[in-house]
Amino acid sequence: MKTLAELEAIRAKTLEKVSLRKDSDDSVRVVVGMATCGIAAGARPVMLKFIEENQKRNLNNVTVSQTGCIGMCRLEPMVDVLVPGKSKVTYVNVNPDMVARIVAEHIVNGQPVAEYTIGAQESK
Amino acid sequence: MMRDLSMHVLDIAQNSIKANANLVIVTFDIANNRFLSFEVKDDGCGMSPELLAQVTDPFTTTRTTRKVGLGIPMLQQSAEMSGGSFRIDSTVEVGTTIQAVFDLKNIDCIPMGEMCDTLLALVILNPDKPDFLFKATSNEATAEFDTRTVRAVLGEVPLNEPDIITWIKESIEEEFKPILEVSFL
Repeated sequence: MKTLAELEAIRAKTLEKVSLRKDSDDSVRVVVGMATCGIAAGARPVMLKFIEENQKRNLNNVTVSQTGCIGMCRLEPMVDVLVPGKSKVTYVNVNPDMVARIVAEHIVNGQPVAEYTIGAQESK
Repeated sequence: MMRDLSMHVLDIAQNSIKANANLVIVTFDIANNRFLSFEVKDDGCGMSPELLAQVTDPFTTTRTTRKVGLGIPMLQQSAEMSGGSFRIDSTVEVGTTIQAVFDLKNIDCIPMGEMCDTLLALVILNPDKPDFLFKATSNEATAEFDTRTVRAVLGEVPLNEPDIITWIKESIEEEFKPILEVSFL
C-alpha cells in the first residue's frame, strides 16, 4: 500500500534538492508534442521514456513538458531539446527506442544525435 | 485513428487543460466486466451552444496551425463502432462534460491500452494546474486518486520531482491496474 506518510518522507528528502536547483540555471528542457496527432503517433511512451531515463541517470536538471500541435503532424512524435546557451534541436518520428541515445549523447554529453533530427529526416 | 482507449483519454483531457480548468474529474465505470462508461468533467471555460453544435465535426477546431480537429470526432467514432454511445454537454463559464460508453466485448472495440500510463502522464505533465481526480469502479472494486491530496502533503515541492513521480506512478498502478488493465474478453 502506498501511503501519504511515505509521500511525506519523500517530500522531506526532496525539499533540499529543489531549493538547491532554484539557484542554478543549467536546466535542460525536453518538450514533447502532445496534441491529438502526437498522441495518436505514440508521444506518451516517448515522454515516459524520457522521464525514466532521467531518473535512471539521476538528471535532476531536466524537465519534461508538453506542447500542442505545431502543424507538422506527419513528423510526430516530435521532441524539442533545449539546452541553455545552445540552439534548439528538434527530433522527429521519435520512438521510445531512440530516447536512451538522445539522453546519453545530447543531454549528458552535449552532442545532438544528428540522424534523428528534423534536418536529417527531411532530406531523406 | 487512436489505437486504444488510453490514448483517447489522454487526448480528451488535453481539451480540459486548454479550457483552463482548475479541476478535471476522470471517471471509469465498468459494469459486468463488459460495459465501460468513461467521463471527463472539467470546470473550464466551456463552449457556446454554436461551438458545441459543431464540435463533433472534424473540420471544427480551435487550433490555428491546422484546419482539422479530430480528437472529439474520433472518440465518438470509437465509441459508436463498439456499439456504445457518446455525449457532450457544455456551458460557458461552467465547464464541459464528455461521456463515452464502450462495449468492451464487441469485436470492433479498441483495446483499453495502458490506462495507468495515461493517468500518470496527465499528472506529471501538468504539475501546477489543473488538479485531477481519477475514479474507477467495477462490480468488485473501486479506486481513487486525487492530486489535491498529494499537493496538500507536498507543499512547495512540485508533483513532477523524480522521486515524487515514482510514488505517484506506484499509487496509480496499485489502485487502477486491477480494475482497468485486465482482460475483458
